Amino acid sequence: MTDKLLVTFSPHDRDTMTTNKVMMLVVLALLPSILSSVYFYGHYAIKGYLLTVIFCVALEYGFDKISGRKTQIKDNSALLTGILLAMNMPAGAPWWIMLIGAFIAITVSKSAYGGLGQNPFNPALVARVFLLIAWPAEMTAWIKPQTVMNGLTFDAVSTATPLGAMKTDLLAKGHVVMENIAPMTDKLIGSVSGCMGGDSALLVLLGGAFLLQQRIITWHIPVSFIGTVFVLTGLYWLVYPDQTINPLMHIISGGVMLGAFFMATDYVTSPMVKRAQLIFGIGCGLITVVIRLFGSYPEGVAFAILIINAFVPILDNYMRPKSFGEEAK
Amino acid sequence: MPYFGFKGGIHPKYNKSATQSKNTENLPVEVGEVVHIPLAQHIGAPAKILVKKNQQVKTGELIGEAAGFISTTIHSSVTGKVVSVGTVEHPIGGRVPGVSIEVEELTEDYVPIDSGDSFQKTVLAAGLAGMGCATFPSHVKLSPPKDVDALLINGAECEPYLTCDHRMMVERTEDIVKGAVIIKEKLGLKILAIGIEKNKPDAIEAFRKFEKEYGFEVIELEVKYPQGGEKQLIKACLNRVVPEGKLPMEVGAIVHNVGTCACIYDAVELKKPLYERMVTVTGAVKEPKNLMVKIGTPISKLIEYCGGFVGEPKKIVMGGPMMGLAVTSLDTPVMKGTSGILVYSESDLPDLTQYNCMRCGRCIDACPMELIPSAMDRFVVKELYESLADWHVMNCIECGCCSYVCPSRRTLVGGFKTSKRQVARILKEREDNKND
Repeated sequence: MTDKLLVTFSPHDRDTMTTNKVMMLVVLALLPSILSSVYFYGHYAIKGYLLTVIFCVALEYGFDKISGRKTQIKDNSALLTGILLAMNMPAGAPWWIMLIGAFIAITVSKSAYGGLGQNPFNPALVARVFLLIAWPAEMTAWIKPQTVMNGLTFDAVSTATPLGAMKTDLLAKGHVVMENIAPMTDKLIGSVSGCMGGDSALLVLLGGAFLLQQRIITWHIPVSFIGTVFVLTGLYWLVYPDQTINPLMHIISGGVMLGAFFMATDYVTSPMVKRAQLIFGIGCGLITVVIRLFGSYPEGVAFAILIINAFVPILDNYMRPKSFGEEAK
Repeated sequence: MPYFGFKGGIHPKYNKSATQSKNTENLPVEVGEVVHIPLAQHIGAPAKILVKKNQQVKTGELIGEAAGFISTTIHSSVTGKVVSVGTVEHPIGGRVPGVSIEVEELTEDYVPIDSGDSFQKTVLAAGLAGMGCATFPSHVKLSPPKDVDALLINGAECEPYLTCDHRMMVERTEDIVKGAVIIKEKLGLKILAIGIEKNKPDAIEAFRKFEKEYGFEVIELEVKYPQGGEKQLIKACLNRVVPEGKLPMEVGAIVHNVGTCACIYDAVELKKPLYERMVTVTGAVKEPKNLMVKIGTPISKLIEYCGGFVGEPKKIVMGGPMMGLAVTSLDTPVMKGTSGILVYSESDLPDLTQYNCMRCGRCIDACPMELIPSAMDRFVVKELYESLADWHVMNCIECGCCSYVCPSRRTLVGGFKTSKRQVARILKEREDNKND
């Protein structure tokens, strides 16, 4: 019997939290947003989520099989990437766009680097930006939200996003026309057009609060990100009130909420050190605002996060806190 | 003194209820039984053997003498005949030099120690080594080459499952206090405090009764692992930070475990050497107990006395679940630093399937030494010992908090332990180059 005794390093007990549970909790936090997009986009949303998730998980499994690596699909990270990818696309995007998106997200920007934990850039955002540049027409074909009250299947009517409308007015007329922008209440509950996931700022916030309560994420990145966007757009709005929308509109539009709570806080591509997380969040906010106010893209969250992702190794390396009793050099 | 606390740490499931209110029982030895006493039961040089095969020895008789300053003495725990001078089982060393003694006579008497002319020599003669689990020779700790002013008695017992310190604090309160007061007086210290975690209210109560009479202070500690880590306890009680790579005396403090204090009382007042200790036997055994065990008793005897295993044992740990060592054999003897025997059946063990590190940072929040275990793990995997040195792996106290919280079940602390030898070599080379 004694030769069957298991010998491992200490500790011999472990916390009950595991990687696959962490991923499932994030999926759970996204559930209100998923349900709201199904409510507003009916079968387009259901098709979108199903296809991206199936493509992502299958591509991850396939890559691991071909490269002879132990499959990683059990950690649920491909499932989460699939959901986030769908949330970053307009409802009603064609299936081949989703397949290419899944390929870019999983195979190119994750598996090729070595799988979970190895990729420098947020996979769902790399895919979104790639698609946005390669197929701008398909990726900005926003459809007008209906409700399931009209049945799960309805015909899409295309429309502009609030930030898109603002940009168009700015370019055409030189100032913002508030009448052309959806009211704030619509933006909060989600009945405006845009990416599937970020539509309802309130529901994203609810999911974010759940993540904070479960200690999956800390306040550092969301607060510094959203705070920076609010303060900078607020200052600009006070000086040039006809050139942009008010700062509250800014933080609930264009995926700032989804970006700050679910994309920027992606463990793999954000700093591990708390001080570095604050700088990371401020950087995300700063670049978002610069793109929104001075660039030609109306949103900017995806670009901002990807740009700051590149700085994460440097931030983690140079902002290492002093360990206990470590003497200053 | 207020409670200052320390950063990091975890709140594991404590699982102490099986034994925390049971009185300690003596584990009897029988004639014909054999005890196996290793010569390396402490940090430092193994003791030098003094007995030969077939020699008669008495309980408490010196069988090994200290081989250098950082070393200590070893005594026979039974009266009988030396049956072999060779090797015995050891939880980490495989087999190590040791003495096997067959019991021939049952007796409660012991050979009193030859106490010598100083307090430190008495402690050395009694063979004391830290009873918590680190087993640092006590006389070395009690010979500080620097000025110290504070003695902290460690009654935290933050390791889950273990209750032997708890029981000792309740059953031998005054002996512990007397032992602590002896140290305080011999070294001329000003501050004497005992830190006890709040989950042992009966122990706190017991010490409060002696607070005035003996002039010390009870500090109620937050229930958090590793509260009983030496550096954490000093930070929490005295708000002093022990510099990296230095001993507690650097900040004027000495820390002793409650068990060591009781042994100091035994050595000084009763001239009794260290040949038995309290051990918590718990986990998948029929009747978990706290036992007073003769050093050298194979752990199979302890388990037998506790009614045997519940189901099939899968893993047996010597010490607590956080820092204890998994043993390979039931013949492994109880040593001076053995605070517990913890039996796991298959179903008690966590699933250790590893995933990739996803950089969640839980280990960073948990590390009481404020290190970055996740980054260090990458260096371990790639054998980047230079980087490990730069990220202060030598500051790791091996408490296991990082591995405990890791959702991807990385072998974090295990990797740091095994890398330290390489890193120490690199640091030494750097030091040598600096001096050239």
